[in-house]
Amino acid sequence: MLEQLKERVNADAGLVRRGRYLTTTFLVQSGDNSWLVSIHGGRITQVARGPFVMPSSAFALRASEMEWEKFFLPRPPPGSNDLMALIRRKVLKAEGDLQVFMAHLRYFKEALAKLRPVAGGAA
Amino acid sequence: MSVQFEPIVGRYMNLDLFGRPHRLYVEEAGEGTPLLCLHTAGSDGRQYRALMNDARITARHRVIAFDMPWHGKSSPPEGWHDEEYQLTSAQYTDMVLTVMSALGLDRPIVMGCSIGGRIALHLALEHPERFRAIIGLQAGAHVDPYYDLNFLHRPDVHGGEVCGAIVSGLVGPDAPQKDRWETLWHYMQGGPGVFKGDLYFYKIDGDIRSRVGQIDTRRCPLFLLSGEYDYSCTPEEMMAVAKSIPGSDATIMKGLGHFPMSENPKVFLEYLLPVLDRIAAARS
Repeated sequence: MLEQLKERVNADAGLVRRGRYLTTTFLVQSGDNSWLVSIHGGRITQVARGPFVMPSSAFALRASEMEWEKFFLPRPPPGSNDLMALIRRKVLKAEGDLQVFMAHLRYFKEALAKLRPVAGGAA
Repeated sequence: MSVQFEPIVGRYMNLDLFGRPHRLYVEEAGEGTPLLCLHTAGSDGRQYRALMNDARITARHRVIAFDMPWHGKSSPPEGWHDEEYQLTSAQYTDMVLTVMSALGLDRPIVMGCSIGGRIALHLALEHPERFRAIIGLQAGAHVDPYYDLNFLHRPDVHGGEVCGAIVSGLVGPDAPQKDRWETLWHYMQGGPGVFKGDLYFYKIDGDIRSRVGQIDTRRCPLFLLSGEYDYSCTPEEMMAVAKSIPGSDATIMKGLGHFPMSENPKVFLEYLLPVLDRIAAARS
């Protein structure tokens, strides 16, 4: 699911620039699958696919496969078009130290929206 | 060099609100039936600039938008630096009625969005005789907090960045880029804690669920318009309000989000103009 994330984010100079004070590792879970995403100074340095024995991350974003599939559609339906929309419907759980998530919320929204088929889809 | 001025005129108004002197910024354009516009939480009257620049509206309406205290070019009252801003239903109602009196508005149409839509419901319930019609945009009776509001006002999270990012997904997918980012810019310019203080009204103090069914549309017509992509006040929540108020008129606006008048004015006006026509026809 996140195979293209590193390449697409790092290719967007504006997004990397906005993330220049962001260095962290966060976990994305989709059903039984999970990924650890490492970011250094706004550039994604690694996307590691689980399963993990003891995953260590600042925070985690967990949703079902079905919810992520809708989120990644070129034109997601109402309620699936934004991370906060998923949180509002209680189908996305954001857990952990959310200060880094909220301080860089635009970055995380736009980074994940990069995985939509249309390049640079609106977050 | 070619310069074009917009027909909007802005002024500062000094008046007492809640027993304290305030300096409010008021913009207006057009002539005719007064149309008083109330902005969303954490933003300001700039959201209504497209309406004030549209001759189809201003040929028949005096369109007025004021920045609430603490917002836009309106200052917070003296002493603000030691206070926590929290908007209440009583203050908001008092503010709208006082501004109307100060401007000499005789039974205006009031149109509010989000928190403005919520107070429109309060006004429809408590002061229907003061208005010739009420238009609630993105107007629900209540919204439970769905994220930790404290993130909107703490020193280790940039307030402008987080306020813009929180609401970015509330803009509908068809919004022109220029209008999307202008709408978000207003959020990014809000003062520290102001969006959070507005949400005190939106998510806690302004809950009108138990009383909304008592609104009597025979005393004042009520129109509700909500964007399909709004997940703050969802179309379902607006329809629930409409269902509980006999005679109310509700429309879901396709492709629009939480900020119809500023995120996509061209499409919004296609929904608003017929409503204004119906209000005018009812009076003639």
